[in-house]
Amino acid sequence: MSTPVLSVRDLVVEIPTRRGVLRPVDQVSWDIAAGEILGVVGESGAGKSMTGNAVIGLLDPPARITGGQILLSGQRIDDLPRDRLRKLRGNKIGMIFQDPLTSLNPLLTIGDQLTETILEHLDVSPTEARKRAIAALDEVGIPAAAQRIGSYPFEFSGGMRQRVVIALALCAEPDLVIADEPTTALDVSVQAQIVALLKRLCRDRGVAVMLVTHDMGVIAEAADRVAVMYAGRLAEIGPVREVLTAPRHPYTEGLMASTPLASQGRARLRQIPGAMPRLEALPEGCAFHPRCPYAQEKCRHAPGPDIASCDGHAACWFPLTNAAPLQEAGA
Amino acid sequence: MSALISVRNLTRVFDVSKPWLNRVIERLPRALLTAVSDVSFEVEERSVYALVGESGSGKSTIGKIVVGLVPPSEGTVEVRGVDLSNSADRQAIAAVRADIQMIFQDPFASLNPRWRVRDIIEEPVSVLGGDTTGLAEKLLEQVGLSASDVGKFPHEFSGGQRQRICIARALASEPKVIVCDEPTSALDVSVQAQVLNLMSDLREEYGLTYLFISHDLTVVQHMADVIGVLYLGRLVEEAPRDTLFETPKHPYTQMLFEAAPRMDGFGRDIDVPQGEIPDAINPPPGCAFHPRCPIAVGRCREERPEMRKIGRTRVACHLAE
Repeated sequence: MSTPVLSVRDLVVEIPTRRGVLRPVDQVSWDIAAGEILGVVGESGAGKSMTGNAVIGLLDPPARITGGQILLSGQRIDDLPRDRLRKLRGNKIGMIFQDPLTSLNPLLTIGDQLTETILEHLDVSPTEARKRAIAALDEVGIPAAAQRIGSYPFEFSGGMRQRVVIALALCAEPDLVIADEPTTALDVSVQAQIVALLKRLCRDRGVAVMLVTHDMGVIAEAADRVAVMYAGRLAEIGPVREVLTAPRHPYTEGLMASTPLASQGRARLRQIPGAMPRLEALPEGCAFHPRCPYAQEKCRHAPGPDIASCDGHAACWFPLTNAAPLQEAGA
Repeated sequence: MSALISVRNLTRVFDVSKPWLNRVIERLPRALLTAVSDVSFEVEERSVYALVGESGSGKSTIGKIVVGLVPPSEGTVEVRGVDLSNSADRQAIAAVRADIQMIFQDPFASLNPRWRVRDIIEEPVSVLGGDTTGLAEKLLEQVGLSASDVGKFPHEFSGGQRQRICIARALASEPKVIVCDEPTSALDVSVQAQVLNLMSDLREEYGLTYLFISHDLTVVQHMADVIGVLYLGRLVEEAPRDTLFETPKHPYTQMLFEAAPRMDGFGRDIDVPQGEIPDAINPPPGCAFHPRCPIAVGRCREERPEMRKIGRTRVACHLAE
């Protein structure tokens, strides 16, 4: 297999506080190949956005990377000086944020913002940059791109703004795109458009995508592989169909069961008791054990096993082997 | 069975014009936004009626009109036969009002951060001069929190726990109807399941009627008995849950179902919906959905479709059958 576009190895992010050091990201490892979409799911506080920010070097101090490596096409990027990292952002890594209104500058036309990015990262003339900007808008499906290039962000609807943000992330032709909850602020019909767009761009351009979301439905439809995070650690990783239909980690199983499904009708939802622990009060042993229906003595003391040591799948001492497959939802 | 809530020809227009001086100088016309346009439906006692739609469809406005937070421009809302906005009998209105409570979307914004949980929960009863002895403790246990939490402040709770406090507050005055405006949209999936289960349990226990407002089709399908689909302030389709999900008749409903992400839709390539919701200030003439509709004909552009009854479904489309 060729070198993965992104390779995260045992990444640890720590935040020193007066009451001790918190670890919002703990020993996370994964690879993303070219043209592949890795879905990262988890509930709020699981550390999924923090991992994305660590990869692109946008951690807010005092949070910092204290362990592990991040490799982009085989090259280490976590120890680069600020100015080298700045060149890398936008050029090799594009970022799509959740709220399209706050990630665009309201005082500049979208054309200015696009050409600025292109001129910064690519060696082209301003005329060529403008041409590329129009092509980029065209590619993400903005009608009459040549006319709308002089418009300001407020003149666009939410879905159109998110398209502009995607164009902005892709205009310098990056190898990796980090999409942090790209459709959460959007309506269902617009969400479907944006997901389809991401999939098409990934397929056509061979971009590697890290898709961070809490919506299992979006993951099922868009991702090739999925990584489930819980309390800063990787709970489970694998091909999307396998993980979603036959989860091995009890947390994944609980997450799937608590999502309402068409076929269940009005039956009671299976709920996971309690809530995700706060980082300053992580339980001893496996972080999930207080909520886990299968927890045993070992789980209370030994932290969950390293994901590589248990057939590269679930970080659980007692992975589920014959979990009932997910009921196929009736259309 | 009798209808507990009956909404007739409800219309709400908001004036979103610029200040008059700007209008004079810039020669702008008045801008009127029709948030709800001629909506009629009935909610049976002890059932769950869900309103679904995308942003700008008017679902929250209808919820606010039903609880009386916003007056309707035209049309009426009757609860137990009492017209809430026009009835002359103040006492009858006050009595019915106490039977309606609301749960809001954002549990971080809907609880007063300076009030203790006890005061928050008891307020709906104490303003009416009711007896509140032990009420907060009892309700907190009912919604799965501890009675010893009454002295705490909202910031000491997580999102899911706050929503439980909101539910306890809504239950305090022993209402018949609870309007739930996106009650779980701000919550994580596992917490959402807890809150939805709690709401189902309470419904059985107290014989409640829910007007359930949501954009999430899976949640609606889980909770609702009857579902009304809204588009641009208009009710486009209404049917019992199973009928609606098995045979959606309106092209908009069909599009919505197709576009919703599915847990089993691995690598599914869908027919991407066309266009976006139009501007509610200048809605398209005729059927509001016709610019995005795959089967629109000439008539759709000119004539607004009336609600028609087909089987157990009511649908506003010229072509549906």
